[in-house]
Amino acid sequence: MSAEPTLLEVDDLVVRYPIHRGLVGSATRQPRRSVHAVEGVSLSLQRREMLALVGESGCGKTTTAQAVLRLVDPVSGSIRFDGRDLVPLGPRELRPVRRRIQVVYQDPYESLDPRFRVRAAVEEPLLIHRLGGSKSERAARVRDALVRVELSPPELYLDRYPHELSGGQRQRVAIAAALVLEPEVLVADEPVSMLDVSVRAGVLNVLDGLREQGLAILMITHDLSTAARFAQRIAVMYLGRIVEEGPAAAVVRNPQHPYTKALLSVVPRRDPRDRQRPQILVGETPDAVAIPTGCRFHPRCPVAVEQCSVEDPRLARPTSAEEGHRAACILLGQY
Amino acid sequence: MTGPLLQVEDLHVWFDLEDRGELHAVQGVNVSLEAGERLGLVGESGCGKTTTALAIMGLLPSSASVSGRVLLEGTDILNGGDEAMRQHRWVDIAIVFQGAMNALNPVQTVGQQIIEALELHNRAKGGTARARTGELLEAVGIPAARAGRYPHELSGGMRQRAAIAMALACNPKVLIADEPTTALDVMVQAQILELLDGLCRDFGLALVLVTHDLPVVAQLCNRCAVMYAGEIVERGPLEAIYHSPGHPYSRMLFAASPDLAGLDEPVLSIAGAPPRLDRAIEGCPFAPRCDSVFDACVVRPRLEEVAADHDAACHLNSRVPA
Repeated sequence: MSAEPTLLEVDDLVVRYPIHRGLVGSATRQPRRSVHAVEGVSLSLQRREMLALVGESGCGKTTTAQAVLRLVDPVSGSIRFDGRDLVPLGPRELRPVRRRIQVVYQDPYESLDPRFRVRAAVEEPLLIHRLGGSKSERAARVRDALVRVELSPPELYLDRYPHELSGGQRQRVAIAAALVLEPEVLVADEPVSMLDVSVRAGVLNVLDGLREQGLAILMITHDLSTAARFAQRIAVMYLGRIVEEGPAAAVVRNPQHPYTKALLSVVPRRDPRDRQRPQILVGETPDAVAIPTGCRFHPRCPVAVEQCSVEDPRLARPTSAEEGHRAACILLGQY
Repeated sequence: MTGPLLQVEDLHVWFDLEDRGELHAVQGVNVSLEAGERLGLVGESGCGKTTTALAIMGLLPSSASVSGRVLLEGTDILNGGDEAMRQHRWVDIAIVFQGAMNALNPVQTVGQQIIEALELHNRAKGGTARARTGELLEAVGIPAARAGRYPHELSGGMRQRAAIAMALACNPKVLIADEPTTALDVMVQAQILELLDGLCRDFGLALVLVTHDLPVVAQLCNRCAVMYAGEIVERGPLEAIYHSPGHPYSRMLFAASPDLAGLDEPVLSIAGAPPRLDRAIEGCPFAPRCDSVFDACVVRPRLEEVAADHDAACHLNSRVPA
């Protein structure tokens, strides 16, 4: 283990979204209900590391990221960044922190203002945070950010509008607009899922290069092959919980949780001879309002036993797994 | 031996642009499909794959001009006017689109929509149509009791299943699926792919899977046609294209998708962008992005046989070793 302190440490995070009961509901005093989006998630992120949060839609991966960005308020838990808990901070105290934790969203067609040239889009964060000094210093930082996302020479792109750029180039501009503030953590929420396959690798390689330069990246994705190739660690989420986490290669080559095994089995392979027998789970993402008892995965689990509907398993290290590889299943190593 | 079930011959599509220009979206596509075959039609956005699919269905907007032939069991359905097309559209060839929400009418229950399709094509009426609707829904994995649901009451995967049920209403011989799983989650994608696989097996349906996702094609199809800049640059059995690609574009497309079986292999994007299709292309359209370009590439290559049943449009295949 490195001696470097953990940059971001999320501990026992809980986020719930209340459901409005409506007039009739409150008049008849129906119980207040809520969507249990994130229930006790803990994770940590180091500098020079990419952690991939993987799972189906509705599993809480984006909510976890939004809590880290402090865009939603957690019910409980702590989010320690560089040694300081962000949860109790108010908007004023959060401002300098926001510069250091930036985000890139899924859709570069939506996240860039169509009326802003590249120059203005990348400069805007500096103006908002009152950084970058003089006009010429800001211009230099904008160019530098574009070069870092491999849009070079920057002169070729500075005066273009988003509609004059390809999808891959737009996403690079969005990354540059985050980088210009020199953040330490970048949250990337499905950064390539809207892009054509031919350009995805380019954007992912840019992120990988930034990570090598020291950036910590929390990547949200539903694509396990991308996570396996680019992340150092993978955390698999199911219904608000992390069910398995560990070094990326270990999670992919030696999966421990039945959910991870099922997810891996449905990832399409490039080689037509390498057709898998997919282990297809029935049904879709379950309802985060009515959480199953015991293990949340047991109603869809192919190997569930009776005890699974009673006992809620905790993350533990299976005997056959390597350091830092944990899974939450009472049957670990038994099937 | 009769001809192929579906044969597309020298298909061209032009779109009129507002500034009086023309966009040559499909540039001489030739492709055929045997009964029960599964063909993947692959390429980047804007390569003409969806336009080709819509042309086969006769569903292009009026701003498009089309030439060429689309033969269904030997009969040209493209040049017989709208009447000829209508006899076959949905009856012999059906299509499922990417966003199932847009394909379904939001103010009608899914059951009503399938009944309507059955009645419109004189397949069934009244109680028979209702019973048939139930069968169709069951065939795609939706309990028949859910026929009374509105599209918004179904999940994304269920809506895509309902759209497939509607496409199957008249027992078509060919199903075109245009990015059927792109907006869906991995597990739901696997469910839909399994469904399509089962439908092909059980009903002898021929499938054209239009997608930019080569691994999805690798899982489901046996043949593949790779499109680039409006034309097919390689076609043949999928295994041949993966293991001995005849065109650098096919090879580079495969190398651009990360794969669980090759975690240490580099994943490389294809630099640059496809050429504009509103002006004439000189030489090989892929040359500016190709990693193996050489002096012959200034001449546009034609699709030529590289092995039995395997064609590619690349000069490398006829290059004389120096």
